[in-house]
Amino acid sequence: MAHLRLPPTLPPLFADLPRRLDVDAPTVVAAITKLDERWPGLLDRLCERGPTLRHHIHVYVDGRRADLDATLADGSRVDVIAAISGG
Amino acid sequence: MPKTVLLVGTRKGCFLLTSEADRRNWELQGPYCEGWPIYHAVYDRATGTIYAAGASEWHGTTIWRSPDLGRTWEQSSEGLAYDDGGRNMTKVSSLTVDDGRLLAGAEPAGIFSSVDGGRTWTLLSRLEGHPGRAAWDEPENQPPGHLGVPAIIPHPSEKGRYLAIIQGIGAFETTDDFATWTARNKGLRSDWPREFDDVGFCVHKLVRSPDPDRMYQQNHVGMHRTDDGGQSWTEITEGLPSEFGFAAAAHPHDRDTFYVVPLDPGHGRTMPDGKAAVWRTQDAGNTWQRLDRGLPQRDAYLGVLREGMTIDGEEEPGLYFGTSTGQVFASTDAGDTWIEAASYLPSISSVEVAVVD
Repeated sequence: MAHLRLPPTLPPLFADLPRRLDVDAPTVVAAITKLDERWPGLLDRLCERGPTLRHHIHVYVDGRRADLDATLADGSRVDVIAAISGG
Repeated sequence: MPKTVLLVGTRKGCFLLTSEADRRNWELQGPYCEGWPIYHAVYDRATGTIYAAGASEWHGTTIWRSPDLGRTWEQSSEGLAYDDGGRNMTKVSSLTVDDGRLLAGAEPAGIFSSVDGGRTWTLLSRLEGHPGRAAWDEPENQPPGHLGVPAIIPHPSEKGRYLAIIQGIGAFETTDDFATWTARNKGLRSDWPREFDDVGFCVHKLVRSPDPDRMYQQNHVGMHRTDDGGQSWTEITEGLPSEFGFAAAAHPHDRDTFYVVPLDPGHGRTMPDGKAAVWRTQDAGNTWQRLDRGLPQRDAYLGVLREGMTIDGEEEPGLYFGTSTGQVFASTDAGDTWIEAASYLPSISSVEVAVVD
């Protein structure tokens, strides 16, 4: 089970979506896809078509910058960050 | 008693300004849509739903909807994407409520439709087959403002007939519900070289008078009028302080009356000389009057974007515009005098008006 932390901009868009939750998935993209099944449209908010991560969305697995294909181990911490941009 | 509601799209969310019958006292609600940049917000009177086109730096493009005048909101972008690689949607520029469906004009240029109240979307057209379309559609050719569809204008009586604008390319008409298109740019001016005769014109705003064949256009270079439904255009810039601007509004009952907000044509794009004014013609563009009573006349470098001005359908119509510096101004006497309905909003992208029962 991986431990996900989502950016604060995401929960207001989906009913009952928490900022922190556990997901059983082998990769980052599988974890996001699993969330999308429960909260339809969530994948679109984090990824472009492909899927590829949106330009200003960064993912870290156990503190290291990761892409969608990064593998997750039991107990991995996944931070999804809305990078600093705009004003 | 019906209320008048202004739907204000801003850089930091959607706001509503509500007035009882007098249209002089306005109450502000918002911000809505979680502070997303809102490029256009419209009201569907048939269903009582507000729709707002949002585009976030982080989370992409989506369409917000509220069935209860802002109390609750949901968003969806299902189907609102291009399937071919390299064409990521940067935003939806315009929304149009159209007889049971909702239309979205997107950038890069495309027109989408939703028949389930904004929950899912289907691509209707990318104006395939037009001369030059391949060049304007190339991602590497996209200028900073991109080449979106900032207007989709239904014909008031002919089903399946629409005009659409593609930024920097021109106006186009379809009479077969988005299947094929004809350029409607004859008579327009361009001060730059063009590769094709009928495209390459910078149409900022098209508005239709109560006579469907009479329309007005604010172009990058000049004001124009058509009396034949867009088959040909005649320039009517003379008498205005600038040929440049974005916003325009047509009187709902008088085909000869039309409003514009001339701007400095440089990159500042604010009202000339720091003095705010709307300009009106009551003779189809032969003469123009400056309207500035109640508008700031000193140190007022206000911009108004293409969806930033609107007019209601009352017998004495109300005219409204929102500025790049967050003010909303309103007039209920044909533009002769103005009041400030809101003063400190975020930078305003759009203002639309609705009558709500």
